[in-house]
Amino acid sequence: MSEKHLSGFPLSLDGPDRPMVSFRKVTKSYGSLTVLDSLDLDVAEGEMVTIIGPSGSGKTTVLRMLMTLESINGGVIYVDGEPLTHMPKGDHLVPANSRHVRQIRSKIGMCFQQFNLFPHMTALENCMEGPVHVLGMSKKDARERAEDLLAMVGMADKRDQHPSRLSGGQQQRVAIARALAMRPKVMLFDEVTSALDPEVIGEVTNVIRKLVSEYNLTMLMVTHQMGFAKDISDRICFFYGGKIEEQGSPDQLFSNPQKERTQQFLSAVKEAM
Amino acid sequence: MLDWRWDFTFDILPRLLVATGNTLMAAGFGYAIAVVLGLVFALAQRTPSRVLTVLVREIVEFIRSTPLVLQIFFVFYVGPQFGLRLSPWTAGMIAIGLHYAAYLSEVYRGGLDSVPKGQWEAATSLNLSTARTYFRVIIPQAMPPSLAGMGNYLVGILKDTPMLSVIGVAELMHTANAIGSETYRFLEPYTLVGIIFLALSLPTAAAIRIFESWLRKKLGMI
Ligand SMILES: Nc1ncnc2c1ncn2[C@@H]1O[C@H](COP(=O)(O)OP(=O)(O)OP(=O)(O)O)[C@@H](O)[C@H]1O
Ligand SMILES: [Mg+2]
Repeated sequence: MSEKHLSGFPLSLDGPDRPMVSFRKVTKSYGSLTVLDSLDLDVAEGEMVTIIGPSGSGKTTVLRMLMTLESINGGVIYVDGEPLTHMPKGDHLVPANSRHVRQIRSKIGMCFQQFNLFPHMTALENCMEGPVHVLGMSKKDARERAEDLLAMVGMADKRDQHPSRLSGGQQQRVAIARALAMRPKVMLFDEVTSALDPEVIGEVTNVIRKLVSEYNLTMLMVTHQMGFAKDISDRICFFYGGKIEEQGSPDQLFSNPQKERTQQFLSAVKEAM
Repeated sequence: MLDWRWDFTFDILPRLLVATGNTLMAAGFGYAIAVVLGLVFALAQRTPSRVLTVLVREIVEFIRSTPLVLQIFFVFYVGPQFGLRLSPWTAGMIAIGLHYAAYLSEVYRGGLDSVPKGQWEAATSLNLSTARTYFRVIIPQAMPPSLAGMGNYLVGILKDTPMLSVIGVAELMHTANAIGSETYRFLEPYTLVGIIFLALSLPTAAAIRIFESWLRKKLGMI
């Protein structure tokens, strides 16, 4: 990052209604291509926010920056009140060191389009790896937690299978259990149904519905499934060209979009369905 | 006419079998060094430190571009000038271990690179440390694709152990030479050496192939 000390950004976010996730003037570019331009986005605790938008509009990048899979070029991201990309030093923020990043990152979990399960581990081992080796849980406790979560996603009977023996929908459900086993406060879903056959998409979306109704998780989701997004989201953000073009409640955004680009995008999506 | 003497053959066989033990030991030790050091070389080239990456890459390149026999001579005869006085065995193990470490590091590099980026990302999302990620996630997956190359170099190191005879390590070739200069008979000792190498190499290559498919199955990757 070019500027060493940031001013104008608070050292932490306080108060009863502080957001769980806060992007403040976050900029991301690859070389001369600016992918996200001074993004401001807050997600409240327990809120389910869905990001929609055309290909290349920066949806995945938002999630990857929050998971610290991508660095940022400007601004600050806060998670649970504390800066993620930066850390306080004296009375200003400096770029975070890896120790700080790991500490804050532990509050975030992510599921990927391609599942990314560890192929040499069984479903159960996938779900125990982090709890045992990162959280320092005993094998017995980690196993119990993993078995509970696999049961929750309907994969209890496949717990000793390797991913290569599981269908895409089954792998994605294990991946969700694996992420939840780390007890994150924030869950990120990047097109988790896009690599699935149409007939198994429901398996995965039903698990996500369950998370919304039964867990107090803060969730950020990218999806192309507008019906699903409309059903379960508290808020929809329409991204266009690296900016939030329009956002609002699902009803507002889908039934009564204000911006022309939103209307165009939604009618194009409707035609494709 | 071929003058093959069976009584002589059986006379020298015990001596050559003892030397076979030394050959196996040299190959085994040398390979053990190469397997570990090769991994160090490969991982060192993946650290964020550019200096380290370039330095190790140059060392690997240098070792790969110069003959093994020169490296053996160098460690044994030039070492003492730097205060490094080594026995033929130690010098030989260092030289051959280093040499094959350079080759194995390239094999590992290919294996490590073949692990999909998504595996790293999943490990990061679970907050695994870099060391954990390597040893629990990346290296196990890099192993099956590396095994064929590792097997080739295991056979290779076995076949290169005769070069240690130049500094007096009493392996097979050295012993056969000694028998030859004592008795002026070379046909039987050299033929036996050839047969023994064949008998060692062929099963090794087959065993590696079996091990590779066993490992893939064990890791659930087929
Ligand atoms: N590693 C990278 N190097 C260069 N450019 C990149 C890289 N990753 C993403 N981009 C670019 O950043 C922009 C935003 O990408 P992003 O993946 O966030 O889009 P998206 O909205 O998720 O699109 P999609 O719906 O196709 O998944 C695109 O123009 C993409 O080409
Ligand atoms: Mg995307």
